[in-house]
Amino acid sequence: MGGRRTYMLIWAALLLLTAVTLGISFLHLGVGNAVIALSLASVKAALVGLYFMHLRRESALVRAFALAPLLFLALIILGTLSDTLFRK
Amino acid sequence: MADGYLEKRGFRAWAFTLDHKRVGVMYLWTTLTFFLVGGLFAELLRLKLMTPGPGFISDKTYNVFFTLHGALMIFLFIIPAIPSALGNFFIPLMIGARDVAFPRLNLASYWIFLAGIAVVLGSLAGPMDTGWTFYTPYSAKTGAAVTTLSFGLFLVGMSSILTGLNFIVTIHTLRAPGMSWTRLPLFIWGMYATSIIQVLATPVIGITFILLAAERLFGIGFFDPAKGGDPILFQHFFWFYSHPVVYVMILPAMGIISEIIPVFARKPIFGYKAIAYSSMAIALAGFLVWGHHMFVSGMSGVAAFIFSLLTFSVAVPTGVKVFNWIATLYRGSITFESPMLYALTFIFLFIIGGLTGPFLGSLGTNVQLHDTYFVVAHFHYTMMGGTVMGWLAGLHYWFPKMTGRMLNERLARRACLVMVAGFNVTFISMFILGYKGMPRRWAEYPVQYQTLHIIATVGSWFLAAGILAIMWNFWRSLTKGEIAPPNPWRGLTLEWTTPSPPPADNFEVLPTVTDWPYSYGRKEGRE
Repeated sequence: MGGRRTYMLIWAALLLLTAVTLGISFLHLGVGNAVIALSLASVKAALVGLYFMHLRRESALVRAFALAPLLFLALIILGTLSDTLFRK
Repeated sequence: MADGYLEKRGFRAWAFTLDHKRVGVMYLWTTLTFFLVGGLFAELLRLKLMTPGPGFISDKTYNVFFTLHGALMIFLFIIPAIPSALGNFFIPLMIGARDVAFPRLNLASYWIFLAGIAVVLGSLAGPMDTGWTFYTPYSAKTGAAVTTLSFGLFLVGMSSILTGLNFIVTIHTLRAPGMSWTRLPLFIWGMYATSIIQVLATPVIGITFILLAAERLFGIGFFDPAKGGDPILFQHFFWFYSHPVVYVMILPAMGIISEIIPVFARKPIFGYKAIAYSSMAIALAGFLVWGHHMFVSGMSGVAAFIFSLLTFSVAVPTGVKVFNWIATLYRGSITFESPMLYALTFIFLFIIGGLTGPFLGSLGTNVQLHDTYFVVAHFHYTMMGGTVMGWLAGLHYWFPKMTGRMLNERLARRACLVMVAGFNVTFISMFILGYKGMPRRWAEYPVQYQTLHIIATVGSWFLAAGILAIMWNFWRSLTKGEIAPPNPWRGLTLEWTTPSPPPADNFEVLPTVTDWPYSYGRKEGRE
């Protein structure tokens, strides 16, 4: 990891993505707004995890622990959708 | 008598300690206090319910009391009782380590827990009447101090996450040489599974509380349909945490039972791997079933079908454990010292609690039994009959190790008998009440239910008498009990190789493990 320079670059990238998220919210794209906002947020979270939390260079076990919550996030979304998509 | 880890005295020696044993003891005192306070509220509720009409407390006060009984017992007693107190004390001792992986974080967890309690107590200025589940839309509108209480519980949850994280790292990195995963004591397996749930599920309730606070403070419509929100979404979030968390309550207790049964049956544990893996299976399956709390709340039929089906899957690993304990007992050389009595009580009561679960998990019967005393009875059979009995079994089993004193064995056995009799009278009455349609949480009720209510209340007096006798035994034995030998029960797990009470850094020389800890019958226990 390139030390301070990398961190500053990542920080700049995060700021840029935040600005883009803010900008997009002024356009009316319907469902597209949510899709773009969530995609950008995911990229930002990935950058924080990989660089600031050093996951890029961690052992497989630590990475597995860091990724496991995504499975549970998928679970809560699936379970809740099984309710909301089929309500009468 | 050597004082071991208890040697240093005074406020600072406790408040700033990095010793996992002292942190465990502080958690024990704190949770014990709230167990007694929560129990007092329960007795007051039972007293009110002896009469069907208005009683000695107003209906509003009754709502506050049952909310406090539930919230204090769940969040300040039963969730931290075994993991934070006994887990803290015994995980390092049982895996052959000198402390947990992050001793400072461990102490911080305790202080965050206390800060949370202070906020929770502060919320009593606007007493809560929502029940411990905080369901919207009522909780979003009531004038009670929902935001304050939920902030307090947010802090308690944070402490729980940090403790879980600490234990996971400890179990991964600090096991003594030779302590492979298949030589781990089963209590450690239970604690490992518990910690995973704590780390993964607790953030969800934290976020839910934040959403609720945002709705109350800023009018953001997460749960308000008028603003595009969904009140049932709150229930999804709430139970995504609160169902897995019942396994945070029960898995450590099951771990304790798995330790005690082989010691007092003098037999190797039957089905070691099955018990260990079933803990992990319960932890995982526990995340798949939250919707079964919501069958009548307007959830879709498809979701109800899926969640009902998945709910039955939890019964499988649970059954695996019970059958393995019974198989361990089979042809064992059983003695009935107090820890064993509590452990057997656990099995007996937990089977009743467990088997009444499928009645509630089935869609048809659920509609009849939902929100009745049947649910209350089922819950108390699993949580009090299960977790509290496991907790008491563990306290009786490890009391000599923690304090250096033996308990009064005769009093311990008699107290157990009185408590279990009272427990069954109280809660079997509630099963019948629920089956007959008595709704839970009602302050006043139709007169035809009164007889069973009176029986339940009288039972609760015996239950309370038993608990008080147990507490008296603990208190008295602290100073008057016989001096405990290092290994009074001839156990083979590593904590019994240390003096009672253990020295500050646990082991003079870190042990090397060559065998699993359940070779009873073949090799005599260390003296």
